[in-house]
Amino acid sequence: MTNSFADYLNTDLFFVIGSNPTEAHPMAGAKIMSSVMSGKSKLIVADPRRIELAEKADIWLQLRPGTDIPLLNGMMHIIIKEGLHDKKFIEERTEGFEELKATVEKYTPERVSELTGVPVNLLYDAARLYATTAKAMLCYTLGITEHICGVHNVMSTANIAMLTGHLGKEGCGVNPQRGQNNVQGACDMGALPNVYPGYQAVVNPDIQAKFEKAWGVKLDNKLGLTIPDMMDGAVEGKVKAMYILGEDPVLTDPDANHIKKALTKMDFVVAQEIFMSETAKYADVILPGASFAEKDGTFSSSERRVQRVRKAIEPLGDSRPDWWITCEIAKRMGYKMDFESPRQIWDEMASLSPIFAGINYDRIEHTGLQWPCPTVDHPGTPILHTQSFSRGKGLFKAIEHIPPAEMPDEEYPYLLSTGRILYHYNITTRFSSALDAHRPEEAAMLHPADAATLGVCTGDKVRVTSRRGSVVTKVNVTDKVMSGMIWMSFHYRETPTNELTVNAFDPISKTGEYKVAAVQLEKVV
Amino acid sequence: MPTVTLTVDGQQVTVPKGTTVLEAAWKAGAFVPTLCHDPELSKPGACRICVVEIKGARNLPASCVTEAAEGMVVETASPAVVEARKTILELMLDNHPEDCLTCHQAGDCKLQDYAYFYNVKPGAFGGEKKNYEIEDDNLFIVRNMNKCILCGKCLRACEEKQGRAVIDFAYRGFKTKVATAMDKPLADSVCVSCGTCVAVCPTGALTEKAMIGQARKWEVEKVRTTCPFCGVGCNFDLNVKGGKVIGVTSNAAAPANGRDMCVKGRFGTDYIHSPKRLTKPLIKKNGEFVESSWDEALDLVASKLGEIKTKFGSDSIAALSSARCTNEDNYVMQKFMRAAIGTNNVDHCART
Ligand code: SF4
Ligand code: SF4
Ligand code: SF4
Repeated sequence: MTNSFADYLNTDLFFVIGSNPTEAHPMAGAKIMSSVMSGKSKLIVADPRRIELAEKADIWLQLRPGTDIPLLNGMMHIIIKEGLHDKKFIEERTEGFEELKATVEKYTPERVSELTGVPVNLLYDAARLYATTAKAMLCYTLGITEHICGVHNVMSTANIAMLTGHLGKEGCGVNPQRGQNNVQGACDMGALPNVYPGYQAVVNPDIQAKFEKAWGVKLDNKLGLTIPDMMDGAVEGKVKAMYILGEDPVLTDPDANHIKKALTKMDFVVAQEIFMSETAKYADVILPGASFAEKDGTFSSSERRVQRVRKAIEPLGDSRPDWWITCEIAKRMGYKMDFESPRQIWDEMASLSPIFAGINYDRIEHTGLQWPCPTVDHPGTPILHTQSFSRGKGLFKAIEHIPPAEMPDEEYPYLLSTGRILYHYNITTRFSSALDAHRPEEAAMLHPADAATLGVCTGDKVRVTSRRGSVVTKVNVTDKVMSGMIWMSFHYRETPTNELTVNAFDPISKTGEYKVAAVQLEKVV
Repeated sequence: MPTVTLTVDGQQVTVPKGTTVLEAAWKAGAFVPTLCHDPELSKPGACRICVVEIKGARNLPASCVTEAAEGMVVETASPAVVEARKTILELMLDNHPEDCLTCHQAGDCKLQDYAYFYNVKPGAFGGEKKNYEIEDDNLFIVRNMNKCILCGKCLRACEEKQGRAVIDFAYRGFKTKVATAMDKPLADSVCVSCGTCVAVCPTGALTEKAMIGQARKWEVEKVRTTCPFCGVGCNFDLNVKGGKVIGVTSNAAAPANGRDMCVKGRFGTDYIHSPKRLTKPLIKKNGEFVESSWDEALDLVASKLGEIKTKFGSDSIAALSSARCTNEDNYVMQKFMRAAIGTNNVDHCART
């Protein structure tokens, strides 16, 4: 995120695209809801579903799934045509405007309306409102990234924000709310195949030398595998062993049957988990980790804030903190990792990562700190890009529409889209007796017209089949989804939605296209 | 910033213009009780427990809605003030259940504290008692409207902090009650069970269902931590008793969320003590998981990974790190893969 959650209270307009914050990021959603309800800010929502925020929105753009680029290009077309772009900002802070202009030129309101399904007049209203509101904040999440064109979608959001100068100021910005509690932190810590902690490239020889010196070993300078490549590699027999910490790819990654095949094929799989996940069942060894209440450490939130996690109770039974377990394996393989405490681990990390160098446990005792924070007297960075962008000038990227990998056809006539619901978080919450009692099973959303065609009512079951798998689910008949579309969550092992999703990824980010797959529906009697 | 100077209980205090008399009095170190006032919510000035005497004013103004002015002379504990507060408390206690002994809120209840402080006993007027059914239809929250003092904090929090306005005052006079639209059960309303109303309620009218009967307020150890669910990064206090997490309460000092949370953070951490937790290392033998010692499991993992590394090379091993685990766990994992295994094959679900 470029801004802080606190800054949500300073904006006059939220443009929420591909994000359902009141369910997936509830406290971010609550800030938007209360700001809109009190009349402080206006709201534009772009989402195929009539999500809760769509009902409160001044403008709701019900676009077809996978048409975010044409929508944003169309809005930019109007903004430029009407001269509503921020010429000063573009001049001083950006490059590539002419290319962008040439591309969006082709996205006339009429053509965009055809592609997206959004009426022309709403395109005008949204473009004008966004461009002319001084403090406007764009918020997006997985509805933008979980497409084969995810990276291009993200660039498009940056384009429209730069075009209107809605960046690097209080109450303005582009805010991807990160999904899981510590997805920001896992990236920050270098749990990625291309970077060490602090986003330092593994292919950079100076960086490599620094880490070799600190860690006392020779390091590899070629990029590692991303998850989809690991899974493909396992199926092909090149990846022989996998060490899986606290993730459940069988339930949460696209095309679950492909993942199962990969896990079965490997010689050795270790799962470090707190519950018997669907993935752990495929392991040769399961190591019981401790929950967040049983260990010290830190999480980094969406707003880049490093905050303390504190040990409240002893690890249950024979479980152990995850860092301890990994260190023990290293030791037994002849590499010494003698950390005594998470504080010590943090300090080593910070000493090697300039963007975290100024953060230590003493400084984050009370409120946490937002990185970049290069020195111990640096106050942290609540808003990014106030003076310049990471690369100096912000670069406009001219982007063309890329349709989803798989679209409904005669054989698989419905469009499946997936996401999270309020009462669950991925899979852990299924082990909360209270939350699970509240929402014990999948309730796929289906439009009344389609329900009538299929002859089903709320509570009835349908079989959902894609080219990759088939699951049975109860349905919830509602006009919150458009007809021709079915929407499901992925929290339930009894209804493993990701057996259906498509094994297609953004070529750059390797993010799976969870948001669009073609399926067939039939009533189960 | 322009300031004003006033006198509170004979002591001079200077505050920014626009400060309320209540805040100025607090700044001067005076004790002024509040019930309906909340620093983060709008101010109705309704309960009047915060009344003070201001020289020259005709009656006793509610200090939470009176702006401090230059030269003001304020008395926070004059006999008239104390008398007025006692009367307010007597009226509240008159139709309040006398069951502090078993009330979950005892020890953390403003009504109880003020009654104690001003030595007010119930039954002064002998009036009618409220007699509502206890509402426990919602899975997470119990509402006992007999204990409600109608301060309105819950409905203001629901509207102003969560943007929902699920509840409001209903009916009139003695029958006034905080209720959902059409006075339906919470479970049938649009309530999202965020529990923000519970967090602000000064009495035992709203309580967290799972914590009732688990611990007296003073037995609980509170450990501040960060939510393990979504990326908003709410902070809250784990409530611990006897080595067990019994629930969660919010902490106003939390940077991203203050006292507000969602249903998962506030009510979902009971998974910690789920009987389904894995508590022993397991090794698969003949297709079945068998419990093992740590030494056996760790030695097996180390030797297997070592063998595969020797036979097929470092790049034949891959790791999925975790977006749910701590930074420190992730740092150790990538260091292990890079330094001990010798590969950059480490990734996590960055994309979900
Ligand atoms: S739990 Fe949340 S939504 Fe429900 S009444 Fe209370 S504040 Fe409102
Ligand atoms: S329920 Fe609690 S917060 Fe709500 S009005 Fe009654 S006493 Fe006040
Ligand atoms: S309490 Fe809810 S909104 Fe806050 S971090 Fe946890 S899951 Fe997210």
